[in-house]
Amino acid sequence: MQVYKAPLNDMKFLFKDFLYDGGFDIIFQNSDFEFSDLDLILDQAARFCEEELLPINQTGDGEGCSYERGQVITPTGFKEAYEKYVSNGWQSATLDKKYGGSGLPYVLGVFLDEMMSSSNMSFGNFPGLTTNAFAAIEKSASEELKDLYLPKLATGEWSGTMNLTEPQCGTDLGLTRTMALPQDDDSYRITGTKIFITGGEHDLSENIIHLVLAKTPGAPKGIKGISLFLVPKIIPNPDGSLDKNNGVECGSIEDKMGIKASPTCVMRYNDAKGWLVGELHKGMSAMFVMMNGARLMVGVQGLGMTEIAYQSALFYAKDRLQGRHPGGAKHPDKPADPILVHPDVRKNLLKIKSLSEGVRGLIALTAAQVDVARLEKDKLKKQKAEDWVALMTPIIKAYGTDIGSESANLAVQIYGGHGYIKEHGVEQLIRDARIAQLYEGTNGIQALDLVGRKLTQHNGRLLRSFFDLVENYIEENSLNEQLEDFVPLLTESIERLDQVTAFIAAKGLSDPSEGAGPAADYLKMFALTAIAYVWTRYADISYKKQNDDPKGFYKAKIESGKFYMSKLLPETGYLMASIISGAKSYTDYDDVNFETGFQL
Amino acid sequence: MKVVVAVKRVIDYNVKVRVKSDNSGVETANVKMSMNPFDEIAVEEGVRMREAGVARELIAVSMGPQQSKETIRTALAMGSDRGIHVLHPDALEPLMVAKLMAAIIRKEAPDIVILGKQAIDDDSSQTGQMLAALLGWAQGTFASKLDFEGEFVAVTREIDGGLETIKLKLPAIITTDLRLNTPRYASLPNIMKAKKKPIEETSPGDLGVDVTPRLITVKVVEPAKRQAGVKVENVEELVEKLRNEAKVIS
Repeated sequence: MQVYKAPLNDMKFLFKDFLYDGGFDIIFQNSDFEFSDLDLILDQAARFCEEELLPINQTGDGEGCSYERGQVITPTGFKEAYEKYVSNGWQSATLDKKYGGSGLPYVLGVFLDEMMSSSNMSFGNFPGLTTNAFAAIEKSASEELKDLYLPKLATGEWSGTMNLTEPQCGTDLGLTRTMALPQDDDSYRITGTKIFITGGEHDLSENIIHLVLAKTPGAPKGIKGISLFLVPKIIPNPDGSLDKNNGVECGSIEDKMGIKASPTCVMRYNDAKGWLVGELHKGMSAMFVMMNGARLMVGVQGLGMTEIAYQSALFYAKDRLQGRHPGGAKHPDKPADPILVHPDVRKNLLKIKSLSEGVRGLIALTAAQVDVARLEKDKLKKQKAEDWVALMTPIIKAYGTDIGSESANLAVQIYGGHGYIKEHGVEQLIRDARIAQLYEGTNGIQALDLVGRKLTQHNGRLLRSFFDLVENYIEENSLNEQLEDFVPLLTESIERLDQVTAFIAAKGLSDPSEGAGPAADYLKMFALTAIAYVWTRYADISYKKQNDDPKGFYKAKIESGKFYMSKLLPETGYLMASIISGAKSYTDYDDVNFETGFQL
Repeated sequence: MKVVVAVKRVIDYNVKVRVKSDNSGVETANVKMSMNPFDEIAVEEGVRMREAGVARELIAVSMGPQQSKETIRTALAMGSDRGIHVLHPDALEPLMVAKLMAAIIRKEAPDIVILGKQAIDDDSSQTGQMLAALLGWAQGTFASKLDFEGEFVAVTREIDGGLETIKLKLPAIITTDLRLNTPRYASLPNIMKAKKKPIEETSPGDLGVDVTPRLITVKVVEPAKRQAGVKVENVEELVEKLRNEAKVIS
């Protein structure tokens, strides 16, 4: 059974104890948002997700989207849920007040995204893309375009998409063929085919605003010749009313493994009217605003899947009676003990729980840095915040979605054979979670972004935003006896990470494939270490609060943290050993050797 | 028209209620609390009257500890105009609540007061009726529909045999049943506005009401566990058991 109650206690802990008391009070600046709003906002959002989105998650998966002559129909209940979502103002949550948004902190928006991802990941894609399209338009488009499009996106009357992929170009966008021909009236005519367009066509909003990468005639070859265009499904009049259909058509939707209620569209642009967003040939940097936001959001989807996998598995582990505790019956009055008593089940549950809470903290820290980068006046502090976000974005995207998938798999394992039966709803979690490791740049690409780009940028300055923080923290707490189960292990893992970073930097310089080869392992090491820092901070806070702990919340935090540090963090040792032994065993492996086991 | 609604902070309907170990009551410490669902219906009805232009002011009243302000804030976020909080740290009996409400109503002089038909914590289902008696006002309890016609309101009531419609002269007391409406979620913009709406704090002392408990709770226990049933071999045995064991037939 899909079981989900928004983890409000954890979210309030993060907001109050972890961030606010941790020096992030700046996020309350320039906002109507006050501390006293927090509980009511989270409570109402949680109710909406639990009562409106969760009930249509499994039915939406069963029914899927349907396609008929260019129209896409979303599953039963999605239109009504979307109408409630936008009429309750959730679309506007974190958007700029200037364009009708509510101006809430970004970090709060991330909590709302997580609830939406847990309760209905397919649904969450629609508003999520609108938010990111809003950000890209706001950052780069002309005032005219902003004034016309942003207010309608903020209300959710119109929704947004991003169009990068084409049949011949996925990761390698330099191969883009879609063309944009300049017109006399400053607009362009866009022609080409885009694929894998999430929400490219649907029946939830009255208009859909596509952000499309295309080339102009005579543009430089490759990635440097790409520009970004805004192409509406229906062309609006200057007053925002809808005029006539544009040359945009959905050719078909994909039959996919999961997120079946989120249509993945083939989009055909046939002389469609579009407008340039940002500068000519600077399309990639304009689109990266959207992609960075989207990458964080996808990491949050991974976290959301982790949480619902955990709760669904826990529900079953408490309910299902099979066998006895290895040390003797724990519930002799029942025909068997609940499977929660079995050590392996407990370990798997705790694995999911400690990863979920750890990643939630890393995401909260990073999202709060997005707010700092936006609000901070001090240039150096602003830069540090930006560095942190740039560094952590690929880590959160890749590791967040890896644990989403792994947790969904563990949840099915805990259900045993029943997990394989559709009716229980947990196999859906595996299928839904899987896409998050693929879209917005596969996790392999995220690792290359980390190693190839983020590590080397500004002579390693981005790394300092993380290493300085952790190393200073360790120094301040090296004598803190209360943290004896935390600080020494954190120290060991950051030293390992430091060593491996130096190793990859040195090796990768002389042989790039020695840098690219272990990139995914390195990213995982980084994530595990960053989460160890989060757990150490949790423990630090929790020891200080344990005398006023009626719900046992802080005590549980300490215990979960000990599990993480002693059971999951040691993987950094294995990863280091693997990385240090070099990449030759697979980079130099003869291609013909791949085929020696069978006759072609 | 001026409308007063009563909202009570109760244990959330999702929570599995546990009896305190000393049998003095139920565990309320560290338990999720929310607005009584029947009171949400009352607020929703008030907000709809406000939106339809029938009402010009909607006041949400709650009684209880400091945290009851959170419940009032929820009512404000749903669309109430202002709140009144009768601060009292301990539990209040229905008669005390009715007397405190009566004192507030005499001051505010609303045209209609809407309460939940009962609170899901103690299920008393008394306050609305007592309040009507104290004020000498007409009452329409267990309402599933309200129609306003001038100085009257037609109330469709859910009664054992079906539905009954009565016509009351305003001012009147209404208590809500489940089917009166479906309460809305508070929207984000309204949540943000709620903190700017005033909540007036008062106390039983200020209102001149003696709230000394008149009732003594002797003991609170879990309901008896249901016993497992038995299978009977044939109709004769069933009749025999019904007659001699269950004693429901003679």
